Amino acid sequence: MVDVAQADQDERLKKESFGTRLLRRPELGAMAGLVLVTAFFLYTADSAMFTLSGIINFMTPAAQLGILAIGAAMLMIGGEFDLSIGSMVAFAGLIFGACVVTMGLPLVIAIPITLVVAGAIGAFNGSVVLKTGLPSFIVTLAFLFILRGASLVGLKLASDGSTQLRGVREAVGNDWLAPLFAGDAFGPLFLWLGERGWIETFNNGTPKVTGIPVEILWFIALTAVATYVLLRTPFGNWIFAAGGDRNAASNSGVPVRRVKISLFMFAACCGALVAIITVMDTGSTDARRGFMKEFEAIIAAVIGGCLLTGGYGSAIGAFFGAIIFGMVTIGLTYTNFDQDWFQVFLGGMLLIAVLFNNYIRKRVTGER
Amino acid sequence: MAQDTSFHHGDAPADVAPILEMRDIEKHFGNIIALAGVSFDVRPGECHCLLGDNGAGKSTFIKTMSGVHKPTIGTITIGGKPMNFASPREAMEAGIATVFQDLAMIPLMSVSRNFFMGREPTTGSGPFKRLDVDRMNDITMTHMREMGINLRAPDQAVGTLSGGERQTVAIARAVYFGAKVLILDEPTSALGVRQTSNVLATIDRVRKQGVGVVFISHNVRHALAVGDRFTVLNRGKTLGTAARGEISPDELQDMMAGGQEMAQLEGSLGGTV
Repeated sequence: MVDVAQADQDERLKKESFGTRLLRRPELGAMAGLVLVTAFFLYTADSAMFTLSGIINFMTPAAQLGILAIGAAMLMIGGEFDLSIGSMVAFAGLIFGACVVTMGLPLVIAIPITLVVAGAIGAFNGSVVLKTGLPSFIVTLAFLFILRGASLVGLKLASDGSTQLRGVREAVGNDWLAPLFAGDAFGPLFLWLGERGWIETFNNGTPKVTGIPVEILWFIALTAVATYVLLRTPFGNWIFAAGGDRNAASNSGVPVRRVKISLFMFAACCGALVAIITVMDTGSTDARRGFMKEFEAIIAAVIGGCLLTGGYGSAIGAFFGAIIFGMVTIGLTYTNFDQDWFQVFLGGMLLIAVLFNNYIRKRVTGER
Repeated sequence: MAQDTSFHHGDAPADVAPILEMRDIEKHFGNIIALAGVSFDVRPGECHCLLGDNGAGKSTFIKTMSGVHKPTIGTITIGGKPMNFASPREAMEAGIATVFQDLAMIPLMSVSRNFFMGREPTTGSGPFKRLDVDRMNDITMTHMREMGINLRAPDQAVGTLSGGERQTVAIARAVYFGAKVLILDEPTSALGVRQTSNVLATIDRVRKQGVGVVFISHNVRHALAVGDRFTVLNRGKTLGTAARGEISPDELQDMMAGGQEMAQLEGSLGGTV
């Protein structure tokens, strides 16, 4: 009754062009955006922007945001939001500062404590969302305020009435773990490059860029690990599945709860990592750290091709999204434009990205 | 559907022990009794149709069979061993595969990622354990071709497939993972004529491999086309089981609808339902 044997090639399928296949990559939009933004600044900005020191200059804030954006992107692919990661930066900063300054703990204890506290809060967020079935948007919005407020109160307690806690640098001193989380890496290499005259130096011979700030290395490493997990491990497949359709995934045996809670924990730990790096870098922590960063991280993830509905996106996209962000924030100071155009630009990018992503989703799913 | 008789109805010997047996299953949700004592079994190589109108308790019963719900009262045995599933995963590991109406397919994901969702093959070990992407793609392409579907590429998104093709992917997936019992929830309800025939042929092919098929439907004609036995569910209870040839389509139809009323309705419609 059925002739299952069809012609080898279905005559109704049009051949896909290389362009269409490229369009299906989630990170394409962010890459195109980066090219556009780079072109814009090459044309309008002072040439100093694209020297080595200029690049490091915009890559540093890009990396700090990017670490958050990777966490936010993974969570969004898994179908959830976390609006509390910005406040988490302040709160984890408080925990870390209190451990190091008030209690005088070495980094090897202080850093794990900070990550565990952040992870526990992430896990709590996740379990509330999953238990109640409430949108993660509203649950984590509550934590945006709870953590911000707790940071203020906690800082006042730890520093006798101030909203800043200083003296981290002195407390850390020459801790053997410090180079992993603060300062610049590859110093000797840059010194050597400077001696050779291959990179710019000051008149006294020291290179203008003394190394690569560690946050940039963390940023790149996290992007690589996240991409590997998403594309090459079963857990990555579960993330896409949990975000794409929770019921379908759990009916297929994907441990959706475990996946989503791990993602909440990962996002919170990304916030804590940014906190540790920035606190070590500036030597102090204050309650306004990470203000509005949750939105910026989500915007970077969306520019990077993550769908708001989950199940689609990439870590590489978020990587480029964060770089676009850093480039625009810092880049405008190299131009004659008023720096406050930044927000207008950002909103515009977000709108274009959402429209583009929506179009892409329809292409991928074959919706019409 | 004259060719339908080419199916090998009744080849499964009636004295073979059932693979899956459900005894006096009751399921209560609060004060609602969704199932009030349902018994049902499947033998290897047969297609047992579970018929019932909307609200008869079919969905609840399937979900109980596949480990989504725990029965309030009653026993489930597989190959004579009592089972107590805590999750769909456990039921799957015991050999019960369910193809739900939503097919458990994620449109944004590729066919091969969907095919292996939740049971991904890996290669390497320790921290280098990773997806065996080549094998995933190979197996997906091969099995889809066997089922008569030519994919453009294994990374084609499921969203681009037709309803019948998705159904076939879901069935192929279940069989590949060693299903002993395959539960199909209304597999033909949203399909066109040709796609329905394709799915019915797939059911026949699967049955010939010795898999017990539970075919849930409210379409008597589709059920009669492939079924070996028929059980009618009404208001949370079974109205009895009949083997093929023991019951006429009209009788089945009446039992599903609850008799009396339907007879009147049917009279006014000239017997076209």
